[in-house]
Amino acid sequence: MATVISVDGLRKTYGSTVAVRDVSFTVDAGEIFGLLGPNGAGKTTTVECVQGLRRADEGTITVLGLDPATQTAELRRRIGSQLQESALPDRIKVWEALELFTTLAPGAAHWPTLMEQWGLSGKRDATFGSLSGGQQQRLFVALALVNEPEAVFLDEMTTGLDPAARRVAWSLIREIRERGTTVVLVTHLMDEAEALCDRVAIVDGGRIVDLDTPQGLIARHAGQVEVRFSAHLDDLSWLEAIDGVERAGRRGNQVEIAGRGPVLALVASALVERGIAPEDLRVERSTLEDVFLTLTGGPA
Amino acid sequence: MRALARTTWVELKLFRREPLTVAVTLGLPLVLLFVLGGVFGNTPDPEVYRGVGPMDYYVPAYIGLVIASLGIVGLPAHLSAYRERGVLRRFVASSVPMWAVIGAQVMVTLVVAFLGSVLLITVASVTYDIHFPSSVPLVVGGFFLSGLSFSAIGVFLGSAFPTARAAQGAGLMLWFVMMILGGAGPPPEVLTEGMRAVGDATPVRHVILLLQDAWLGFGWNWTETLIVAVFMAGAVLVTILLTRGRLGRER
Ligand SMILES: Nc1ncnc2c1ncn2[C@@H]1O[C@H](COP(=O)(O)OP(=O)(O)OP(=O)(O)O)[C@@H](O)[C@H]1O
Ligand SMILES: [Mg+2]
Repeated sequence: MATVISVDGLRKTYGSTVAVRDVSFTVDAGEIFGLLGPNGAGKTTTVECVQGLRRADEGTITVLGLDPATQTAELRRRIGSQLQESALPDRIKVWEALELFTTLAPGAAHWPTLMEQWGLSGKRDATFGSLSGGQQQRLFVALALVNEPEAVFLDEMTTGLDPAARRVAWSLIREIRERGTTVVLVTHLMDEAEALCDRVAIVDGGRIVDLDTPQGLIARHAGQVEVRFSAHLDDLSWLEAIDGVERAGRRGNQVEIAGRGPVLALVASALVERGIAPEDLRVERSTLEDVFLTLTGGPA
Repeated sequence: MRALARTTWVELKLFRREPLTVAVTLGLPLVLLFVLGGVFGNTPDPEVYRGVGPMDYYVPAYIGLVIASLGIVGLPAHLSAYRERGVLRRFVASSVPMWAVIGAQVMVTLVVAFLGSVLLITVASVTYDIHFPSSVPLVVGGFFLSGLSFSAIGVFLGSAFPTARAAQGAGLMLWFVMMILGGAGPPPEVLTEGMRAVGDATPVRHVILLLQDAWLGFGWNWTETLIVAVFMAGAVLVTILLTRGRLGRER
C-alpha cells in the first residue's frame, strides 16, 4: 500500500522544552492512524509539523510526496486540518465560513452537503461566536473537509461533542476513509481510538512508546483476561491448574480468575465438568485504556 | 486576486456587523470637526492654519486623521486579535493565503477611510462654507498613498506586538500623540518648537501636509510624498524581517 505520510527522526523544541524527540512513523493510504498520549505528550506538535504549521528542528517529513516545510502551499490544498486551537472571526456566519473556504479551494466539496452532514443546517445563519463549543468543533471538522482532502488531520475532533454527535462523527469519518482519504486522528478517547483506528501510536514525553493495531497493543501490554462468576467454592487450586490461568481468588462468593489466552472457554468447560453452571459467568477483557495507563505510567 | 476579493468582501461584511466600531470610526472625526468648527469658524487668519480658513485646514487634516485612526488603531487591533485567537492559523491552514488576509485588512481600511472621508466632506460642506479640493485627482492620489502607508504601519503594529492588548495600547498612544501634535489638533503654528518636532516625526503630519497641499491648491508635494512612501517601505520591511513571512504559523 502506498505510504502517504512518513516521518523520520522528528525533533522539535520550544526554548528548553523538548516537545518531540526522535519520532518516526508512516501512515498508509486509506488508513485511520491514531495518536494517543497524555497532555503535553507532543501529539499536537507532531501533527502540526506534519501539516507544515510548525517547522521541525530535525528529521524528515514527507506528506503525499511533499515536504511540508517548503512545499507548504501545495500541501495545504491537498490536506484538511482541524486544529486543536484555532478560531474564526466571532461575527462570521456559518455559511460564510464554509463558502469562503470552499471558493478558495480548487475542486472543492459541495458545502451545503457538509453543513447538513455535520448537523449545522439549523445554524446556517448563526455567527461563529454564538455557536456552542460542540457546534464550533463540528464546523471546524466540516471546514477541514471542504477541499476534499487526500489526507485529513483531526486534533481532538470530538472534544466537546455530545455522545450522539460523537457517534455521527465516527461514522462520517469512516465514510471519509471509505472514499480513500487517509485520516490522522489525535484523541484522548480510548473508545474512539479503538472504534476508528487501524493503528495507534502511543506517545509519551515526546516519544512514541509503542505503535500497533489496537488489538496488537492490547495483546502485548494488557493481554489479561478476567473471568468472574458466583459459586460457593472452598478449593480453588483446580482452577489455578487450568492452562493460562495465572491467579484465582475469591471475594465472598465471587470467584475471580485472571489469565491469558482462551481462559474463558477452558474455565467454562472445567466448571461444567464439575457440575457447576453459574448463571453470571462473564469475562472482562483489557481495553486500550489499560494499555494507555500501563504505557504512560498512569495508575495501573 | 480571487482570494483577496473574497476575503475583502467577507471582512467588509464583518466590519459592518460591529456597530460600535463603525460609529466610533465614522463619528469621531465628525464630532471633532463640529467642535473645532464651532470654536474657530472658517475665517482665514494669516497667522495660523497656513493662512486658510480653519475648516478648510481641518477637512483635509481630518481625512488624514481618519486614515491614521483606521491604520494604527483599527487594523492592528483586528490583526493582532486574529493572530492571538488563532484565526490566522485557521485561515492559513485552510489555504487562505496570508497576503490575502492582510490584503483584505488593507482594503477594508481603504474602503472605510474612503466612506469616512466622503461623510466628513459632505457634512463639512453642508454646515460650513468650505472650499472644494483644487484638484480632485491629487487629493485622491494622496488619499491612496496615505491609506497604503498607514495600512503598512498598521500591519507592522499588528504583527510586532506579542498580544492584542499591547498592540491596541501602543496604537492608541500613538494615535493621541499624532492627533494632538500631528496637525489635526491645535494648529502647528501655536505649538512649541519641541512639540512641533515630535509632530513632524509622526507620519500623520506628512499625510496631512500631502492632502492639504493637494486640497488647498499648493500642488503635489513631492517631499511629503517621499516621506510618506519611506514610512510605508520602512513598515513593510520591518514587518517582513520581524515575522520572516511566518505570521500565522509557529516558529
Ligand atoms: N507554542 C509553544 N511554546 C512553548 N511550548 C510549547 C508550545 N506548544 C507546545 N509546547 C510544549 O510542548 C509540549 C508538547 O505540547 P503539545 O501541544 O504537542 O502536546 P499534546 O500532546 O498535543 O497535549 P494535549 O493532549 O494537552 O493537547 C508541552 O510540554 C507544551 O508545554
Ligand atoms: Mg494537543
